[in-house]
Amino acid sequence: MSEKIEKKTVAGITRESTQAMIDEVLAVYPEKGRKKRAPHLAPNDQLSGKSCVKSNKKTVPGVMSARGCAYAGAKGVVWGPIRDMVHVSHGPVGCGWYSWGTRRNLMSGQLGVDQFGMQFTSDFQEKDIVYGGDKKLKTLLFEAKELFPLAKGISVLSECPVGLIGDDINSVAKQSSKELDIPIIPCNCEGFRGVSQSLGHHISNDTIRDYIIETREFPEPIGPYDIALIGEYNIGGDAWSTKPLLEECGFNVKAVWTGDGEMEKIAATHQVRLNVIHCYRSMNYMCKVMEEKYGIPWIELNFFGPSKIRQSLRALAELFDDSIKEKVEAVIAKYDAEMQKVIDEYKPRLDGKTVMLYVGGLRPRHTIGANEDLGMTCVGSGYEFAHSDDYDRTAPEMPEATVVYDDASELEMEMFAHVIKPDLIGSGIKEKYVFQKMGLPFRQMHSWDYSGPYHGYKGFPIFARDIDMAINSPTWKLVKSPF
Amino acid sequence: MANNLGLAVKPVTTTPPEEVERVAAWINTEEYKELNFKREALVVMPPHACQPLGAELVAHAFEGSLPFVHGSQGCASYYRSTLNRHFREPAPAVSDSMTEDGAVFGGQNNLHEGLENAIALYKPKMVPIFTSCMPEIIGDDLSAFIKNARGKGLVPDDVPTPYANTPSFNGSHIHGYDAMLVSILQTLTDGKKLDGRCTGKVNLIPGFDANTGNFREYKRIFAEFGVPCTILGDISDVFDSPLDGTYRIYPGGTPLADAGDSINGKATINLGPYSATKTFAWVKDNYAGKHQALPMPLGVARTDALLLAISELTGKPVPESLKAERGRVVDAMTDAHQYMHGRKFALYGDPDQLIGTVAFLLEMGAVPYHILCSKGSKKVAKEIQELLDSSLFGKEGKVYMGKDLWHLRSLLMTDPVDALIGDTHGKFIARDARIPLFRFGFPVMDRVNLHRSPIIGYQGAINMVTAICNTFIDIVDQTCEDRFFEMMR
Repeated sequence: MSEKIEKKTVAGITRESTQAMIDEVLAVYPEKGRKKRAPHLAPNDQLSGKSCVKSNKKTVPGVMSARGCAYAGAKGVVWGPIRDMVHVSHGPVGCGWYSWGTRRNLMSGQLGVDQFGMQFTSDFQEKDIVYGGDKKLKTLLFEAKELFPLAKGISVLSECPVGLIGDDINSVAKQSSKELDIPIIPCNCEGFRGVSQSLGHHISNDTIRDYIIETREFPEPIGPYDIALIGEYNIGGDAWSTKPLLEECGFNVKAVWTGDGEMEKIAATHQVRLNVIHCYRSMNYMCKVMEEKYGIPWIELNFFGPSKIRQSLRALAELFDDSIKEKVEAVIAKYDAEMQKVIDEYKPRLDGKTVMLYVGGLRPRHTIGANEDLGMTCVGSGYEFAHSDDYDRTAPEMPEATVVYDDASELEMEMFAHVIKPDLIGSGIKEKYVFQKMGLPFRQMHSWDYSGPYHGYKGFPIFARDIDMAINSPTWKLVKSPF
Repeated sequence: MANNLGLAVKPVTTTPPEEVERVAAWINTEEYKELNFKREALVVMPPHACQPLGAELVAHAFEGSLPFVHGSQGCASYYRSTLNRHFREPAPAVSDSMTEDGAVFGGQNNLHEGLENAIALYKPKMVPIFTSCMPEIIGDDLSAFIKNARGKGLVPDDVPTPYANTPSFNGSHIHGYDAMLVSILQTLTDGKKLDGRCTGKVNLIPGFDANTGNFREYKRIFAEFGVPCTILGDISDVFDSPLDGTYRIYPGGTPLADAGDSINGKATINLGPYSATKTFAWVKDNYAGKHQALPMPLGVARTDALLLAISELTGKPVPESLKAERGRVVDAMTDAHQYMHGRKFALYGDPDQLIGTVAFLLEMGAVPYHILCSKGSKKVAKEIQELLDSSLFGKEGKVYMGKDLWHLRSLLMTDPVDALIGDTHGKFIARDARIPLFRFGFPVMDRVNLHRSPIIGYQGAINMVTAICNTFIDIVDQTCEDRFFEMMR
C-alpha cells in the first residue's frame, strides 16, 4: 500500500522531547547495556517511511525483556494452530505445558478426535538426556497414531535439550513417516536458536517448505478466485471473521495458514492464484517461496478497523476483474454504514485519547488505524521481535517524533508511560498488571484479552467496545483513595 | 525442495462425519482406556510444570527479591506469564538470555552482564538465580560463575545471590520450589546463628502454594494465637498488591532480616512434606528450636493438628476465637453434608494438596474415587491408600501415580464421577464428562479471584464446602424438570 503519507503530529511531542525521554531511561543502564540499548530506541521519522531503530538483535541480558524463544514461535505461532495435527513438544514437560491453550488460537472439531489442541510431550527425564530421546520419540509417534487415528500428521517440535544432546529427530521422523504412512514433520526449533520467537517462525516456514507444501492436491481444478489466507491465526475467532468476509467479496479461500488450519489444505496451497497475508512477520517467508517457486503473487492486508479494511479490500480488488471489484464495493458500502454506527457510539468517549502499543507480529502497526477510526492517537509503538522491514512499514503509520522501541525492557516501558501518560496501553500479559497498578487502562493485544475477534467487520464493534470498556471503566475512578 | 519425507502426493481429503462419530465414541470406551493406559512414551496433558516455575514462585516471595533465570529468555517469559495469568498480578523476573554461543562457550558472560544490568535497572535487595534446561545440559558451574561475578565487583556485597540447579528434566515445579527455597535460606542465614538467641517466633514453611488467601489465613491464625510468625516465602503481598496508582516492583515478601534470623527461631513448622522436603531436612539439621512436620492443613482434622502444634510449640492455649471458628466450620459442614455425602470425586494435583483434599472429602462423607498424581511416588501412593483405608468412604478410591489427564479422561468416561477437583487444565476433560471442575489447584487461568479465597484452615474448609455444594445445587436447578424446580434446596 503505497499511497502518499499524510504527516501526523501530536501536540507536545517533538523529536527533542522524545529523545530527552529516551536519554533519561538510558542513563539508568550500565555503560555496556546503554550502548547496546541506545540504537533500539528513537523518535519516529514518519515521512522517511524507514525504520529509525535497530532490530532483530540479541536481547541484552538481565533487562527484563518480554521476548520468547524459537520454540514459542514454532509451537505457539505457526504449528500449534493447525487443528488436525498432533503437535509434540519434544523434550522436558515445561515448554509444552506453558504453551498449552495460552495463545487463544481457536479451533473447530472435537478435542482428541479430529482436533488436537492439547499438550503432547515426550516429557524428557534425566535418562533421556543421558541416553538420547530418539527411541522414545519413535515409540511415542506410534502411540500417537494409534490413540489419535484421525490426526492428519504429527509435528515434532524440539525443545532446547534435543539440539544440545545431538538427537536426530529428522531421521526418526522420516523413518516413522514411512512406517505409519502419515507426515511426521521434524522442526528443529530449539529455544536457544536465534534471538527471539522470530527464528522459530522462519524455521517453521522452512519446514512447511521442505515437508508439507506440494504433498497434497485439491481434487477440483484451480478457479480464478482461489486464494489462501496466510498469517491469520484465528485469535479469539479472527479467521471466522476474515474468511467469510473474503468469501463475501467473491473469493474462494482454499486454505488458512494456520488459524483453525487443516494440514492437507495447507499442503495444497501451491494451487491458489494469490496469497493474502496478514501477519507478514511470521509468514512472509513462505509467501516469498510460493511466489518464486509457483509464481503465486501475494498481497499484505490489514483487517483492523473500517478505514484499513476498506483500503485493503480495494487494493485486493485491483488485482482481479470487475465482478470482484463490484462485490468489494458492495461489501464496503454495506459494512461502512454499520461501522459508522459503531464509531458514532464510541468515538465521543474516545476522541483525543492516546494509546501506546508494544506487541509482536503486526499489531504495533496494524492496529493504529483502528484506534484512529475511534478518534485515538498512537503515541508510541514497538515490537518484541520485529525486523527492519516491519519498522519500515510502521514509520508512516505512527505520528512524527513519537517514540519507537524495539525489544523494550520493562523499565523502558514503565518510564515512557510515566512521561507520556497515555490513556491506554496495548501490550501483553507480562506488562498488563504493571500498568494497571499505575492506574493506566490496558488491553492485552496478543490475546485480545480473552475477547475477540478483532479482525474484519465482525471484529471492529468488539474492538471498539473493549477499548471503551478499558478506558472508561468506572473502577478507575476508585483508584484515588479519599484518605 | 518439498516432500522431504518422500510420501506419495495425495488429494486433499475430508474425514467423513461418520468416521469422526465412530472415533468420538471409541475414545470413551473401555477398549480405548486399556490402549491408553498402555502408553509408555507419549505424555498427553500432564498437569505439572517444570522445576524453574516453582523456583521463580518462591524467589518472588522475599523482600526486594528479583528472580533471575540463567538460561534461554523464552523460559523466563513462560514462567512469568503463568504467574501473571494465575494471580492477575505483575511477576517481574529477568533472564540472562543465553543463545547459541552460550551453548558453545558457556553462560558465564550472559550471567555477568545480566547481573550487572538487572541490579542497575531494578535495584533488588536479593537476586535468587535458578536454571532452565540449557545451562543444565552444557554443565555451567553456577557456583564458580557467581563467585567470579562477585570478584569482578558486579554484585554489591549486600545483595545476596542464592542459586539453585533446577533442571526441567527432573521432578516438577514443586521440586524447583524446594531447591530454591533451601538455597535462599542457606544463604540468608549464613553466619546468623547465635548461641542462646531465640527470636520467640515460629517459622512456617508453607510448601508450594499459589493461593495468596492461604498465606493471609496462616497469618491470621498466628495473630489469633498472639504468636509472632515468619513465613518462609510469603507471597501474600507480592501477588496480591493494591491498585492505588503506584507500581511497586517489590510490594512485599518475607523481610530478609527475618528470614536470616529464622535460624534462631523458637520452632519451625513444615506444611509441605512433599514440596519442601530438602528444605525441611536442612532446617532440622541447622535451625534452633523445635521442628515439626505436618500435612497441609486442608479440612478440620489437619487444621486441628496445626493449631495443636502451634499451641504445644509455644505453650499458648488455642484461642477461644479459633475454637469458636472450629465450631462454625463443623456447623457449616454438617448443614451442607447432604449435598456431598456419597458423591464421587476425581481429583489430581501436587502431592501435598492432593492428600489434604482426599482427607477433606472423607470428612464430608464424599468419595474420593479417581485420585491421580502425574508426578507421584510410591510414598505418595502409600500415604493416600492409608488415608482411604482409614475411612468407610475411602473403600472405592483408586490411586494412579505417574498418569496424565488423558488417562484421567478415560477413567471419567468409563467409570463416571460427580465432579473433578484440580486446576484450569482439567476443564476439557470435565466438559467431556459433563461434570463440574472445582479449581482448588494451580494454576487457575479462567476464573477470577480464586487465588484470594483460602482453602486451608477452617475458613478454607468452609470455602470448599460452599463452592462444591452450591455448584451441585445450581446443577439441579439448571437441569431438573420444571415440576421438580423448587423454592428450597
